[in-house]
Amino acid sequence: MAYMNLVLPRPQISALKIWQRNLLVWRKLLGPSMAFSFGEPVIYLLGLGYGLGQFIGEVGGIPYFTFLAAGLLAASAMNVASFEGMFSVFTRMTHQQTYDAILATPLTVDDIVAGEMLWCATKSLLNTLPILVVAFLLGAIENWSALGAIPVFFLVGLCFAGPALVMAALAASYDFFNYYTTLLITPMFIFSGVFYPVATLPAIAQVVVNILPLSHAIALIRPLVAGQPLVDPALHVAVLVAYAAVGYVAASVFIRRRLIR
Amino acid sequence: MSLASRPPDAVVLARGLTKKFGERTVVCGIDLTIPRGGCFGLLGPNGAGKTTTLRMIIGQSPMSGGTLSVLGLPMPDAVREIHARTGVVPQSDNQDPDFTVVENLRMYARYFGLRPADVAGRIDELLGFLELSDRRDARMRELSGGMKRRLSIARALINDPEFIMLDEPTTGLDPQVRHLIWTRLRQLKASGKTLLLTTHYMDEAERLCDQLVVIDRGRIVTQGSPRGLISEHVEPHVIEVQGEAGSVVPVLGGIPGSRLLTVGETHYCYASELGPVLARLEGAPHLRYTHRTANLEDVFLKLTGHELRE
Repeated sequence: MAYMNLVLPRPQISALKIWQRNLLVWRKLLGPSMAFSFGEPVIYLLGLGYGLGQFIGEVGGIPYFTFLAAGLLAASAMNVASFEGMFSVFTRMTHQQTYDAILATPLTVDDIVAGEMLWCATKSLLNTLPILVVAFLLGAIENWSALGAIPVFFLVGLCFAGPALVMAALAASYDFFNYYTTLLITPMFIFSGVFYPVATLPAIAQVVVNILPLSHAIALIRPLVAGQPLVDPALHVAVLVAYAAVGYVAASVFIRRRLIR
Repeated sequence: MSLASRPPDAVVLARGLTKKFGERTVVCGIDLTIPRGGCFGLLGPNGAGKTTTLRMIIGQSPMSGGTLSVLGLPMPDAVREIHARTGVVPQSDNQDPDFTVVENLRMYARYFGLRPADVAGRIDELLGFLELSDRRDARMRELSGGMKRRLSIARALINDPEFIMLDEPTTGLDPQVRHLIWTRLRQLKASGKTLLLTTHYMDEAERLCDQLVVIDRGRIVTQGSPRGLISEHVEPHVIEVQGEAGSVVPVLGGIPGSRLLTVGETHYCYASELGPVLARLEGAPHLRYTHRTANLEDVFLKLTGHELRE
């Protein structure tokens, strides 16, 4: 039956019920969810932004505090979707058997995957938004154009949701996610321009970094936050959309293989 | 099997239903016809293929071979439509732990495209039906196993299904809850719904099922009504004696019209006439025995053997 797993996903509008379920649960667990997504970036922002900012001053015409805030917003959108797509989806798939319950209703695996992707993206937006507010309150943001970054949080979430769902479908236990986090998420966080411009890396490293999606997320979010003109916005959006589309199809194939046996 | 030769009102019609996991064949081409109305039982030892068969019928496990229609619709092509008219009580309770009892039912209604406002009355009815009304705002961790199972049944009824599948609905529950569930399942049956249940409790199957099949190693071993199967396969009288084989077998062995079966230290004497067996027992006052009528468990043990499974 392997061929069955390779057909393109055909979700219906009822996929939004999955999204709605997750939103209702998120509302109930707002405290811990926010503490997790919000605490770490704000600590980085305060610690590194104020501390290092004193020595660095400006990077590429942007105050370091603002430069860093923009990078951390993109990284937050990446982290929120990645962790929701791995840990929470894995919990719903295995320990809670939420999907087994849902698959006895008219919803299908394609609906589940589509609903989860939309939810991961929504959660990226919801949990990154408060960091934008804090960055504004701390004086890192002075331009209304920063509001334009909000839909980008959603797009970044969509981009990272697919690979995270694939990881959840392949995982035997939570420990498996250490590979993905250590080999991809953390290197992207360090090398993709959150803390310093990608241009300072050696040429070969820049090629690798530009293949990965986080640098493109930052390339969109940073000018919007700093009030500078966007450079090649269509290219960066296209890369993120391509990751989202490929990730969605891959996630559908792998989750279907995991759930329908 | 062409559609033309399909019995007009079969809720499940399976022909040559087969499931392979790699090289291992778990369900070996079984034919099932589950008529509309009544309760149909799927019996078998652990690992016989019951749950896999159920999963294929509900479309959660792709068939490796055969044809299957549910409620007159082809599976898997019409899976959404079939699910809209079916209720499923899974073997292990899988409610949302973050929701309360009533929130679980509301969310499940939404999956069927029903609006919570439209099913508010139905939710109250179902909570009353399963005696959960005073628990409507409880979290899942505050519910006992019996309450969770009753909630699973309530949830399976949220879409007013015509066909309800229950995978071991009373496993691990205390006698009070089992009786409550049996009463409710009989009520559902009386209201015209079709029930398909798996169980390895023979008393449960005997109480609830109108028709049943016994499957073992992925094949149907026998099928019929509980009473029909008992009279077909087992002598009407059963004398059970506890004791060492050395003291029991000389007394009860070789009585004409009876056969003796030993499982561990329990000896079952199956007899068509009670008189000759009692006459032997009178000569052996040291043996304590119980006399009972044959039941489905005797059929099950005879057909699926005595060795441990799993």
